[in-house]
Amino acid sequence: MSTEFRLKTGLADMLKGGVIMDVTNAEQARIAEDAGAVSVMALERVPADIRRDGGVARMSSPTKIREIQEAVDIPVMAKVRIGHFAEAQILEAMEVDFVDESEVLTPADEANHIDKHAFAVPFVCGCRNLGEALRRIGEGAALIRTKGEAGSGDIVEAVRHLRKIRSQLRRISFMDDDELMAESKELRAPFEIVRRVAREGRLPVPNFAAGGIATPADASLCMQLGAESVFVGSGIFKSADPSPRAVAIVKAVTHYQDPQALVEISMGLGEAMRGLDTASLPPEQLLHLRGN
Amino acid sequence: MLALQGSFALHAASLERLGVHAVEVRRADALEGLDGLIIPGGESSTMLKFLLEEDLFDPLLAFHRDGGALYGTCAGAILLASEVSGPSQKSLGLLDIGVRRNGYGRQVHSHAATVSCRALGEPELPVVMIRAPVITRIGSGVEVLASHRGAPVFVQSGRLLATTFHPELTEDLRVHRWFLRLASLA
Repeated sequence: MSTEFRLKTGLADMLKGGVIMDVTNAEQARIAEDAGAVSVMALERVPADIRRDGGVARMSSPTKIREIQEAVDIPVMAKVRIGHFAEAQILEAMEVDFVDESEVLTPADEANHIDKHAFAVPFVCGCRNLGEALRRIGEGAALIRTKGEAGSGDIVEAVRHLRKIRSQLRRISFMDDDELMAESKELRAPFEIVRRVAREGRLPVPNFAAGGIATPADASLCMQLGAESVFVGSGIFKSADPSPRAVAIVKAVTHYQDPQALVEISMGLGEAMRGLDTASLPPEQLLHLRGN
Repeated sequence: MLALQGSFALHAASLERLGVHAVEVRRADALEGLDGLIIPGGESSTMLKFLLEEDLFDPLLAFHRDGGALYGTCAGAILLASEVSGPSQKSLGLLDIGVRRNGYGRQVHSHAATVSCRALGEPELPVVMIRAPVITRIGSGVEVLASHRGAPVFVQSGRLLATTFHPELTEDLRVHRWFLRLASLA
């Protein structure tokens, strides 16, 4: 691994065991920092609102991002549209700490993702399976997250994606090199990365969970399924009382293996976001099908 | 290993390579019987919140008073320091140094280098700085073991060790070995 790439994955390593919270303005960013978030993700609208209001979802305005950067001392991430390298260049010039090339925003390029090696700022990308994760890593992503189904409050897709990656990792770790070449064609991922991952039995970058986390129990579930941190979007600021819920999810990630602690953490939080059953959504409304 | 948040699993892996089994500490009762504790890299504000709200702050002070050795990396160094700026925040105040959070700037200013360190000998020590703090003041009784760009990055005082860089992100195990000796574990 090059030194430059180590610096990128190094920041992801420091965010492990933490919660990254979606925020749209400085006030929400301060609530997130006070609740113990390890980082905030700046975006124009939280996914549940994007879903409700429709229209084109773009990178947050630089004015808002600057306002958020000035409001908090924890790392600030921001989302760009898939393939929109000019938005990413702007975020890099603003010294954003991490760029999320995200399916939650309206894709700018239906064929290509951003060449992330060309940037000094690290990138995080979503995935549903191992092949997609390794393609993004091949393009230079320093952190992988499950796509889940953003803005739904339904954990089922994040679970599907975590389990899928885990079982695919197990499967390839038993393969020898001649099988791995065929497998890399199947996965549509670079052979060298597939071989390395098969040898080590793990992804070469940290793996976080996102998309549908609404309760402390959801956070614990994702951590127990192998996620090293969680992103929470609409789950906090679309709940009845964001601040205590934010604190509870932070604590749930640290104490994810301790059901007794989770009882206490989950008490008195008010209503979780209402949510949408993703099984009832038509394919054109599923954000996780964007990008591949 | 303080396992509230951050790079604790990487520190544990470095210790395993030195033949030492690390225990994950999330509650005060887990400190019992330990000789040393590593406070890993991560977000200092997140870890501080846990220390204050989950009754770990005083037990950590007591752990040191009763002879326990402490090593803070990056965020851990901020938590050990007696004085924190940029902005100011509460800390354990055990190690008489001043630190400025994110002293080099945001992530695009994270960098790696090698520095000379007489205590650890040759070759030079690799230092990986991730949104690292800068040590701005050294109190009496604090020894500087290595410096980088004119500021201390590796300091020691009694049973306290702090680095603003991340040895857990490198293959070099000398800093961990140094800490094990300090905690009388090697």
